[in-house]
Amino acid sequence: MKSDRVADRVKGLKGSGIREFFDIAQQMEGAISLGVGEPDFVTPWSIREACIFSLEKGYTSYTSNWGMLELREMVSDKIYKDDSVYYEPEGEILITTGVSEAFDLALRALVNPGDEVVLHEPSYVSYKPCTVFAAGTPVCVDTEVKDEFKLRAEKLEEKITEHTKAVILSYPNNPTGATLSRKDLEEIADVVIEHDLLVISDEVYGKLTYEGRHTCFSSLNGMKDRTILLNGFSKAYAMTGWRLGYAAGNKEIIEAMMKIHQYIMLCAPITAQMAAMEALRTNDEVERMVSEYNRRRRLMVEGLREIGLSCFEPKGAFYTFPSIENTGLSSEEFAKRLLLEEKVVVIPGSVFGASGEGFIRCSYAVSQYEIKKALERMGKFLERHRGKKWDYH
Amino acid sequence: MKVEGKEEEILKILEENARISDKEIAKMVGLDEDEVKQTISELENRGVIRKYKALINPEKAGIEAVQALIDVKLSPERTVGYDSVAERISRFPEVKSVRLVSGEYDLSVLVEGNTMRKVAYFVAEKIAPLEQVRNTVTHFLLKTYKENGEIYEEEEKGKRLAVTL
Repeated sequence: MKSDRVADRVKGLKGSGIREFFDIAQQMEGAISLGVGEPDFVTPWSIREACIFSLEKGYTSYTSNWGMLELREMVSDKIYKDDSVYYEPEGEILITTGVSEAFDLALRALVNPGDEVVLHEPSYVSYKPCTVFAAGTPVCVDTEVKDEFKLRAEKLEEKITEHTKAVILSYPNNPTGATLSRKDLEEIADVVIEHDLLVISDEVYGKLTYEGRHTCFSSLNGMKDRTILLNGFSKAYAMTGWRLGYAAGNKEIIEAMMKIHQYIMLCAPITAQMAAMEALRTNDEVERMVSEYNRRRRLMVEGLREIGLSCFEPKGAFYTFPSIENTGLSSEEFAKRLLLEEKVVVIPGSVFGASGEGFIRCSYAVSQYEIKKALERMGKFLERHRGKKWDYH
Repeated sequence: MKVEGKEEEILKILEENARISDKEIAKMVGLDEDEVKQTISELENRGVIRKYKALINPEKAGIEAVQALIDVKLSPERTVGYDSVAERISRFPEVKSVRLVSGEYDLSVLVEGNTMRKVAYFVAEKIAPLEQVRNTVTHFLLKTYKENGEIYEEEEKGKRLAVTL
């Protein structure tokens, strides 16, 4: 037996330290969790009911590797209706097992060993490791609170080298809640054309935009051919556990992604596909959910400011990202103490990249009652420690 | 006057939770507290908000009230149609709601009493004998599953984890 059972590229992954904190958080009795990354709504009943009916009728088989044609047609219609970009259902759309799979496929389809992939931080935790798995080199651009955590075109451009192959865009953003305006996006598009790049745009929080409308990156002039648009059903339709997403883009790239997909996944689960069709047919619950999130968002931002945390106003997703710098604590230490002393779960910003240090992610995908209770407890925590010198161990 | 904008937002919040504080409403709709107070009192004055009530689960409260839905078939009066008899029925405190409906019957009346016998007598003595009432059918309510958009039994809770990234 060789002594090294686990491959080096896996061993090199960090994250074991924070695991311990998460394990305690998962099990803490009586804790209020603002650490959730999914809607607190159960999937709307009409969607669940349609899925149950499909099972009764015997829809239990594989589907086309691409996903069911009817679903692809509906996805195509939806993107066209929402964003005025047309994708052919045959060849330009691939149904995947969540955006997570689509993201992995996109990287593996694009990246040669040594290619650089630029991503902005703080951002979702998968981007960097997936780039490494695809033998690419992740290059991080820090976004800052003074820019409202927007990816600025000029800062992106600074990171581009002759090896840069693609840029990952993730707005509305997890964990910051930041959004980009059409103008912000157009400036990024100029850089993309100038340097002949491709873009992987994760827009899974697109529907959850509270001021103005979400602009789909591929709807910008000339961007459809250069963009792999990723989206799914998890956030907008409260369908996280169904694991269903899609990728839309240039035929050659989507075909390449499909080749990988057919060997590793074969197809997305048919039950989830049947449910997704119902979701697209009757999307009238989306607006109700969005207006409820919007009320909670305001409640939480104001509440955080009242207890003395400075908090930029997030305009998308369901996260706030307040600064805890004035406590003098690291974000991990803050989260640990808050959990042990007041039983509130928040996520340390450092989990989402070095530039997330000094911040915590607080989700408002929880009830108004829980938001109020959590803020009360956090207020007590801050009150108790205010003005005190923090000792680092 | 149609309710819209901030007024509509405030109504939506109150419809869900009438005991929420003005301060919290203010945060959620982006007004200050005084503006919220003023908007609400205007809505009250205009009769848009009729009153604030609690939604009680009688089973949990141990209240042994009996309710029945009464289908009432009417012969309309020449000048006033159904209105005068409907108003008459509405005045009884035992009557919780009165609605004019399409179909085989004309009124749908919800009646509440302490016992089945009391409800039955009430229908027999107060409603059936009215001149315009041709006949009635009484349906006793056995169990309420959902009322005013609220499901009574154990609410559906997500089974999500405390931490997901």
